[in-house]
Amino acid sequence: MKFEVNGNEVFASTGGRPFDKKKPLIIFVHGSGLTHMTWVLQTRYFAFHGYSVLALDMPGHGLSGGKSLKSIEEMADWVNDVIDAVGYKEASLVGHSQGCLVTVECTARYQQKIKTLSLMGGAGAIPMNPELLNLAENNDPKAVDLMMDWAHGPAGHFGGHPVPGLYHINTGGMLAKSRTIKETLGVDFRACDNYKNGFVAAKKIKIPTLSILATDDKMCPVKEGKKLADLIEGSKVDIIDNCGHMMLLEEADRVLKVLKKFITTNYPPLNS
Amino acid sequence: MSDKKVPNPKTYKFDTLSLHAGYQPHKNAGSRQVPIYQTTSYLFDDVDHAAALFNLERGGHIYSRISNPTVGVLEERVASLEGGTAALATSSGMSAIFLTVMTLCEAGDHLVVSSQLYGGTVNLFRLTLPKFGIKCTFVKPRDTEGFKKAIQKNTKGIFGELVGNPGNEIMNMPEIAKIAHDAGIPLMVDATYQTPYLCKPFEHGADIVVHSLTKWMAGHGSSMAGILVEGGKFDWMQNDKFPTMTKPYEGYHGLSFAEEFGPTAFTMKARAEGMRDFGPCLSPQNAWNVLQGIETLSVRMKKHCSNAEEMVKYLMGHESVAWVSHPSVPDHPDHELAKKLLPNGRGSMIAFGIKGGKDAGVAFINNVKLASHLANVGDTRTLVIHPASGTHSQMDEATLKFAGLSHDMIRLSVGIEDIDDIKNDFEIGFRAARKPRLVSNQ
Amino acid sequence: MSKNPETIALHGGDYRSDPATTAVAVPLYRTTSYQFNDTGHAANLFALKEFGNIYTRIMNPTNDVLEKRVAALEGGLAALTVGSGQAASTFAIMNVCQSGDNFISSTDLYGGTVNLFTHTLKKLGIECRYADPADPSNFEKLVDERTRCFYAETLPNPYLRVFPIKEVADIGRKHNIPLIMDNTASPVICKPIEHGAAVVVHSLTKFIGGHGTVIGGCLVDGGNFDWTADPKRQPLFNEPDMSYGGAKWGEVVPQLTGANVSFAVRARVCLLRDLGAPLAPDNAWGLIQGLETAPLRMKQHCSNAEKAVDFLKKHKNVERVIYPTLHEGDIAARSKKYLKGGNGALVGIEVKGGVEAGKKFIESLKMFYHVANIGDARSLAIHPATTTHSQLTEEELLAAGVTPGYVRLSIGIEHPDDIIADLDQALNESGKPSLKAVG
Repeated sequence: MKFEVNGNEVFASTGGRPFDKKKPLIIFVHGSGLTHMTWVLQTRYFAFHGYSVLALDMPGHGLSGGKSLKSIEEMADWVNDVIDAVGYKEASLVGHSQGCLVTVECTARYQQKIKTLSLMGGAGAIPMNPELLNLAENNDPKAVDLMMDWAHGPAGHFGGHPVPGLYHINTGGMLAKSRTIKETLGVDFRACDNYKNGFVAAKKIKIPTLSILATDDKMCPVKEGKKLADLIEGSKVDIIDNCGHMMLLEEADRVLKVLKKFITTNYPPLNS
Repeated sequence: MSDKKVPNPKTYKFDTLSLHAGYQPHKNAGSRQVPIYQTTSYLFDDVDHAAALFNLERGGHIYSRISNPTVGVLEERVASLEGGTAALATSSGMSAIFLTVMTLCEAGDHLVVSSQLYGGTVNLFRLTLPKFGIKCTFVKPRDTEGFKKAIQKNTKGIFGELVGNPGNEIMNMPEIAKIAHDAGIPLMVDATYQTPYLCKPFEHGADIVVHSLTKWMAGHGSSMAGILVEGGKFDWMQNDKFPTMTKPYEGYHGLSFAEEFGPTAFTMKARAEGMRDFGPCLSPQNAWNVLQGIETLSVRMKKHCSNAEEMVKYLMGHESVAWVSHPSVPDHPDHELAKKLLPNGRGSMIAFGIKGGKDAGVAFINNVKLASHLANVGDTRTLVIHPASGTHSQMDEATLKFAGLSHDMIRLSVGIEDIDDIKNDFEIGFRAARKPRLVSNQ
Repeated sequence: MSKNPETIALHGGDYRSDPATTAVAVPLYRTTSYQFNDTGHAANLFALKEFGNIYTRIMNPTNDVLEKRVAALEGGLAALTVGSGQAASTFAIMNVCQSGDNFISSTDLYGGTVNLFTHTLKKLGIECRYADPADPSNFEKLVDERTRCFYAETLPNPYLRVFPIKEVADIGRKHNIPLIMDNTASPVICKPIEHGAAVVVHSLTKFIGGHGTVIGGCLVDGGNFDWTADPKRQPLFNEPDMSYGGAKWGEVVPQLTGANVSFAVRARVCLLRDLGAPLAPDNAWGLIQGLETAPLRMKQHCSNAEKAVDFLKKHKNVERVIYPTLHEGDIAARSKKYLKGGNGALVGIEVKGGVEAGKKFIESLKMFYHVANIGDARSLAIHPATTTHSQLTEEELLAAGVTPGYVRLSIGIEHPDDIIADLDQALNESGKPSLKAVG
């Protein structure tokens, strides 16, 4: 669906069900240079099972208007604005990669509104490889190809998408190339590289939190993910083996199973 | 731009993908070879799981008409080789074309189509689709401007074979892609004759690629199969030409394929609607057979192409041959374009004219011993046919001319046998063709 | 040739042994193409002056054995195999209709066929009009000058009301409109062609295959319909086809073959050629294996189903049982008239307690498989409200006869005691209070 935030049009997938304000809200925040489509195998499930879902396209990404936001802090505030804009007082947040930085910062800032926080492939900081950053800022498609290479685990490099017929490395690549690379991925990478507040923000979080990490994640390794999780009181950690950073595609079912249990326990659905 | 310090992506290359893509042994009992899932149906974990599959909430298999794990490996493998995002395998190349058209068009729509096509495809576009309200305008493949002029308000796409059959005329794919994209419509390319080893049409602007996998991709001539592959770049939401992709679809709780699946929307719709309703599914056994073929695609294509170039030289120097058409011939009108679009080889389809016209053609075909006379191309074995008396004999005179055929034309699909054996066999055919004939074969 | 299905299933058609080797078992011709004898042979084949193998998309010797055998079983003259039952339904309609035409279908229909007819064929300009088969004259009311065929299933889910084949076929013949019957659920026990149907289609995946390993479909041409009697009614059989040098199919096929098989030939040489949904020879071979035991299996399916029905009728947690013999009046009379030697393997039940009880019943079954299929030798069950029909709104559900507690059973050929024992324990579970809901 489309709605307005701060004067710009925003697109969010509602997971194939009408947006229903009676149901509890889950917001999904995508990673650098990507779009709402990375969440298709998680969002549709929640939308069909008692939740309202918004898989956002960040400003300047996917089908959303406006320009890409330049810092994680701005993005965190913007996610909070989304909650207000759709007329909710609270929501659960789910983030992937850069989306983890955004949701951690957002939760720390707006603790009273956020009911649960789920992080996939998250870390307290995501410093960028300078060459990769340089390529993205120079609009070089090689930046996307390298990201897709590093973001997929060894198993993921062979494919084996849960949806028959889909080849995920190319699908992810095409998503990241769907708009001007320097204006999406370039800006996002710089924002990740600049963000230093992750560990400080994490210490402030007092709500139920889950970190899903993957054994073959080269971009946010398990060690880094655990470092972040350790700072969050009572945080749960789940580790998925044989899987890389793109866990939400590479192991969609296993991710969904863990996520489902965590969210439905801590933020129950509205069963009609 | 990329300086030397930057590593190159280590995603797997073509020859590796042709052996590995789409399959992970650790998820399949460790079996190194892809298992053949000869099953129609799949057990649901519970009622929720079943509903989730029917609602496209989760990936997985419901029923082998719609998807099958063995067929799925083939789909991913071809998508990976083409550099595409997704693929849907079908029970023949023709059904891949049919499903592509059905996913894009409905009654009242129009397509711009290259006039140099496989005879079956010509019949589909020229005679069968109009019965279902879909009209086509044919344009000669070299008439790049003609494609632009033929586009109407209700045109939903451009379709062509990269190298036209049987005249070896090449479409200027990058320019025609630009024409299509300027008009907000996709370019669909049948790349059966090239396979992704010779050309990856997505790199030159195509949006959908279709294959008859029956041919070079499988190579063995044992199994019928087809596939449609999606490039993932085309923006279906840029205009209002594709309401069935962008507007809520009644059949799935108001799902919009373009919004929900973006770079894989076309394949998702082709499967969820076209395959579900029209049902031209590929059998798992055939999918496995094609996978066996694809394992040797690179090595076979190299030999096909080198044998073809040898045969071109041989035929050009032969006293019984009037003319030879192959993009490797320097005075072929598309010689330069072929170098650009087909850098790894110009393919193994040769057309040549035999001196002595139709009768000589008939005598040649009836006397070769090694080359097989049959209605197929892209077998590992050398195949010959005389279109005027074979594949195209069902066409009226006008259609024959329209398809660019002449009575002396022999179509040759060069195999991977020893080149000397092929040449020796042709000598037998030419000798018979030169003999005075007592009985005319009219 | 024998009239007995047990014999036809093993010997039907003209296959005795392989002409090349005298092998008795049907050889699997896993090939795409066929060598021509000479150029004259090739030209004759392409011009349809003689029949023979050209290319496996259009015909294959292994498929040919299956085609002739199914044709014999149904009492038809010729058959055409295709890649799935859906492809068979698609071909059946597209072989007689073009854009601007309409056809009339029974409202009792498999969900996949409803999607094809209501949504997808509409996009090609072909209109499906639905008639309630309770009163056969409903078909006649919808006929106009562009109506090309009638379509129905012999034994349709979910109501399992047997279709009035002869009644509707007779109406059709008055207007030169052929009746196409989907006989997927009732091979052997019903032969629609004997009752006046012009064409029979099957999903061979189901009872004919029986093993649940292969997807396939076929069209059987009854050879009993005059396609040329009213040329305006059937333009595709009476107007010149430019893709075959102006052939008029209704005339040229009987001349060429000596048989009235225009429907089957046109579907083969035009639709398989252009739309291309061939059945793989491996699958044809797998289906021949299944067909050999189909008559024996049908007997066991039917007798097991009847035992299950007797049991279910008495169970306290079953609200209602749906089975062809349990209807009343005219509808019950149709079962007697059209079904011989059994009443099929399909049984519907309404589990007491609505959606939740239906779900619980399904999840408690131990031997029955929870899959989206029917006609397997194994017993199968599905709860449409939460699975196959979950894409429909509540109104659409009720219109399709899918009530919240409705469960569709396809009774297999296991020992009847085991079938009943599994149903019994799952029904008892379905009636227990759900612990989750309480705690």
